[in-house]
Amino acid sequence: MTASETHSAGETNRAIEATFRLERARLIAGLARMVRDIDRAEELAQDALVIALSEWPRTGVPANPGAWLMTTAKRRAIDAIRRDGMRIRKHEEIARELDGAAEAIETSMNEDLGDELLGLIFTACHPILSADARAALALRVIGGLTTEEIARAFLSNEPAIAQRIVRAKKTIGNAGLAFEAPRGAERAARLSSVLEVVYLIFNEGYVATAGDDLVRPSLCQEAQRLGRMLAGMMPQDAEVFGLLALMEIQASRLSARVGPDGALVPLSEQNRTRWDQLLIRRGLDALARAEALGGATADGCGPFALQAALAACHARARRWADTDWPRIAALYDRLRVVTPSPVVDLNRAIAHSMAFGPEAGLALVDEIADAAALRDYAPLPAARGDFLFRAGRLAEARCEFEAAARLTRNAREAAFLLARADACG
Amino acid sequence: MRVMVLVKATDESENGSSNRPEMFEAMGRFNEELVNAGVLLTADGLTPSSKGKRIAFEGASRTVIDGPFAETRELVAGFWIWEVKDMDEAVAWVRRCPNPMPGPSEIEIRPMATMDDFQEMLTPEAKDINDRINGKLGAA
Repeated sequence: MTASETHSAGETNRAIEATFRLERARLIAGLARMVRDIDRAEELAQDALVIALSEWPRTGVPANPGAWLMTTAKRRAIDAIRRDGMRIRKHEEIARELDGAAEAIETSMNEDLGDELLGLIFTACHPILSADARAALALRVIGGLTTEEIARAFLSNEPAIAQRIVRAKKTIGNAGLAFEAPRGAERAARLSSVLEVVYLIFNEGYVATAGDDLVRPSLCQEAQRLGRMLAGMMPQDAEVFGLLALMEIQASRLSARVGPDGALVPLSEQNRTRWDQLLIRRGLDALARAEALGGATADGCGPFALQAALAACHARARRWADTDWPRIAALYDRLRVVTPSPVVDLNRAIAHSMAFGPEAGLALVDEIADAAALRDYAPLPAARGDFLFRAGRLAEARCEFEAAARLTRNAREAAFLLARADACG
Repeated sequence: MRVMVLVKATDESENGSSNRPEMFEAMGRFNEELVNAGVLLTADGLTPSSKGKRIAFEGASRTVIDGPFAETRELVAGFWIWEVKDMDEAVAWVRRCPNPMPGPSEIEIRPMATMDDFQEMLTPEAKDINDRINGKLGAA
């Protein structure tokens, strides 16, 4: 074989593998529904790739590579089921079940693939799995990440992630899940289990961007891709668009929120010209869609749509000084009804202080000062100190800043708080 | 990575005869697939170059040239912006794009540059100006 032939064979294989990557998640989805086993579905998909690698260079890439791969994999699955069926025929019940399965497979050949992919997403993100297991499994079977990539992304080790995925697959198998997107009353609860995982993946990347690890921000992109897929496949679900809007707008700030020294830059200090305007536009469009579907209306408040609406207030402000604080305060009033939490209450107090003055903030923060979740929570005295400072009560402000500095574990933040304490005179 | 995918012009797109209902349908299905895969960020088509203008630069001179322009194959008829993992993925997607034109045609994939690509060339002054421009563009 000459060098150029080797080169072109390598090119062909790369092209085939790239085509396979586009189809992989849908293949696994279709196959998993058939064999009710994600492991087996992954094997069958991999088998189909091997066959494609040997046949396509000879026959050329088929007109519909996805259908070719699916048919090839399903034929192999049927063969295997028939073979197994012969071997264990004596177990009447199982045999009958297998025959039924083989028939079902043949009739399902032409089923809508998009629907199957959604079924796989809902199954991989089933609430019977822990949130971490859901995240790892979704990244593996939908995102196509390797176990090693997932381990690096979650700052874990490969065996731990591999085991987490194996266990999750086993749990799904034992529960006999149907690999279908739920309908009716069950759908809303199951959907929030999916959205929760996508946002967990996103945050895992978003929070990590302060470090110098370049792998983790790609988690944001994985989550955004998942969110975009869900929006494509579920165009009528307000919260899907709420989550997508929230992620697009937050991701628009990725390059502005880390300083040259690797430290996080707060919203008020960010160079807004670095915000990604294409993502902001997409985020605002998705938010408009969520609102049109009832996501952020008075009755149908979804937590993601509300958080996206909050993020949008910042995205729309060209400068920090232009921020629409009364609107942010009003959105927090609604968010605390939908997702009550002391942290939301604290942010609400800050928003009210920005909108209506430090006394308004003080009044609200005093209401939550005794919450157990906020004990030893540095942002609470830090916010209180800020309100007192702005109200001219400098001695009290100083005490709060000093208390906050003692509570924080972040040296940079402690220095900042002590500087504020000093400024109180 | 973010790529711009350019549909190059043909004689048909230039004389406005390239739009066929069945092509719109096939392209619509392809776009839907791109959306469902989470790949498509934005897309737009351009009018024929007969509606465009060119401005030629040389030293201090500026010469305005009215369209249409001759080198059809170098013109752009439309574009997408995609978010893909790598160029292989972008190529695999373009391979399955329906024919964008009735006759022979070409699609070109270009990775989009980020500010990091220009970092070394930018003086602090240039950065300031650039930031200012982006800030004005950013008025939503």
